[in-house]
Amino acid sequence: MKFANFISGPLAVRPAGAHHDIVISSRVRLARNVKGRPFPGWAKKADRLAVLEVIKPPVDALPEMDDAFSEYLQDLSATEKQILVERHLISREHAAKSTGSAVVMNREQTVSIMVNEEDHLRMQSIRPGFQLKAVHRAIDEIDTRLEDTLDYAFSPKLGFLTACLTNVGTGMRASAMLHLPALVLDEKVNQVIQAVNKIGLAVRGLYGEGSEAMGNLFQISNQTTLGEREEDILGRLNKVIEQIIEHEQNARATLLQKKSTTLLDQIGRAFGILMHAHSMTSKEALNLLSFLRLGTDLGFFPADRRQPLDELFTETQPAHLQRGSTQKLGAEERDALRADIIRVKLKELPGPDSSRLAAAG
Amino acid sequence: MRCDACQNNEATVFLTQIVEGKMQKVNLCPDCSKEKGVTDPTGFALADLLLGLGTNTELEKPAVAASTAVSPDAPALKCPTCGFTQADFKKTQRMGCSECYVTFAESVVTPLRSNHKGSQHVGKVPARQFARAELDNRMQTLSDDLVKAVKEEDYEGAAQLRDAIRKLEGQLKTAV
Ligand SMILES: [Zn+2]
Ligand SMILES: [Zn+2]
Repeated sequence: MKFANFISGPLAVRPAGAHHDIVISSRVRLARNVKGRPFPGWAKKADRLAVLEVIKPPVDALPEMDDAFSEYLQDLSATEKQILVERHLISREHAAKSTGSAVVMNREQTVSIMVNEEDHLRMQSIRPGFQLKAVHRAIDEIDTRLEDTLDYAFSPKLGFLTACLTNVGTGMRASAMLHLPALVLDEKVNQVIQAVNKIGLAVRGLYGEGSEAMGNLFQISNQTTLGEREEDILGRLNKVIEQIIEHEQNARATLLQKKSTTLLDQIGRAFGILMHAHSMTSKEALNLLSFLRLGTDLGFFPADRRQPLDELFTETQPAHLQRGSTQKLGAEERDALRADIIRVKLKELPGPDSSRLAAAG
Repeated sequence: MRCDACQNNEATVFLTQIVEGKMQKVNLCPDCSKEKGVTDPTGFALADLLLGLGTNTELEKPAVAASTAVSPDAPALKCPTCGFTQADFKKTQRMGCSECYVTFAESVVTPLRSNHKGSQHVGKVPARQFARAELDNRMQTLSDDLVKAVKEEDYEGAAQLRDAIRKLEGQLKTAV
């Protein structure tokens, strides 16, 4: 499949999980390596190419990859790789790779397999909404099927062996992307982050490790992979995420009841700026779009506007803006283009309807 | 009343929360409530997060860096499979290959124990891979025996071995 066809394909077929107002997506990735071969970071180019030829055929042959996008990284442009990063289909580390690495993903963009990232295999399943268990089941099946052909590096004592000691054991990292605007507005999100950190889970920004929290988006994931079963790790994560959802819902209710002016002011300002600005940075766009999304969740905007709004979160990212242009866009040009795209997409959006507030108050 | 967190000071902050239909009460001293970021006990109780899931065993652990504490006079280990050395590990914080886990077993134990829930894997086992390896093994043994039987002109034995191989081939086909 060509990159352009893959990227412009419809995403609506992906079944959304529960709480998709607060949980943007659920993701599980497994790290695996082939026995007796040097890990990608230490391997010579010839070793990497050799292991790639061992891994890629069975991956391409998976039933999930029937109509897949399958490409060697040296055949993708920097912009194309960055688009995949912005869609959370490959990692930033993988985007920096070239000859000797590959990526294979299904048409629905729910399964993505990186070959020769930090480990020989990094396979992930990602779906909208809160459905970590279903997402884990999907990638676990693929992992099991690959065992028919591949001999994984596995030790009965340490489990699946990975390049980094932090992934040894299950090799599993499960995460959920949460949208927590009310906890941010109510200045309670830092308490949540502290509490989550204290129980051994990680909180990160939009693009994982070291990235800034933008658009009130937070990624929660497990830190440990050894000494605990997959189901127990997922259970622990699920429990904490359920509590965070509850806290966000409570914060939203509190804002509606006690700080309705602040809330409506934030949403109204976000609406005004997004509808009329002619230059906007990526960070500003994400932060303002976050308030429109909150407004939609609270019923201030028609529910059918959620989809175009959600699309803007991705479409206003730098590489997505770049893809329509043959020349490299400068930051100023990108900011102008971003504002244009937002104005066009939100053109028909009516102003926030606060009648709901009067009824609630 | 004693503080539930430190079990030492007098509790002055009392939190009550309904979790899954059950009422949970947590009492904290001023120090512990401050440390855990509980500033508004009525509006936002984190007690279930802080105490319900076991703070002692699940505290965030220091990063892998602890693993680099290799004594300077230890003989320089080198992985026989991939040539990776302890110095390389110190520099990259990554292993060279899966055999490195055997070569550097000693220096791996501490960071694994401090970064994880335990040091014994209890998760998924590649059962299909193991079953496949076992079938492959048996096939190899049968083939070797067959060659030997033919050489020794043990035709009855060879016929039995051929049957066994044919049966195993069928099994291999359905296993994959
Ligand atoms: Zn105390
Ligand atoms: Zn090695």
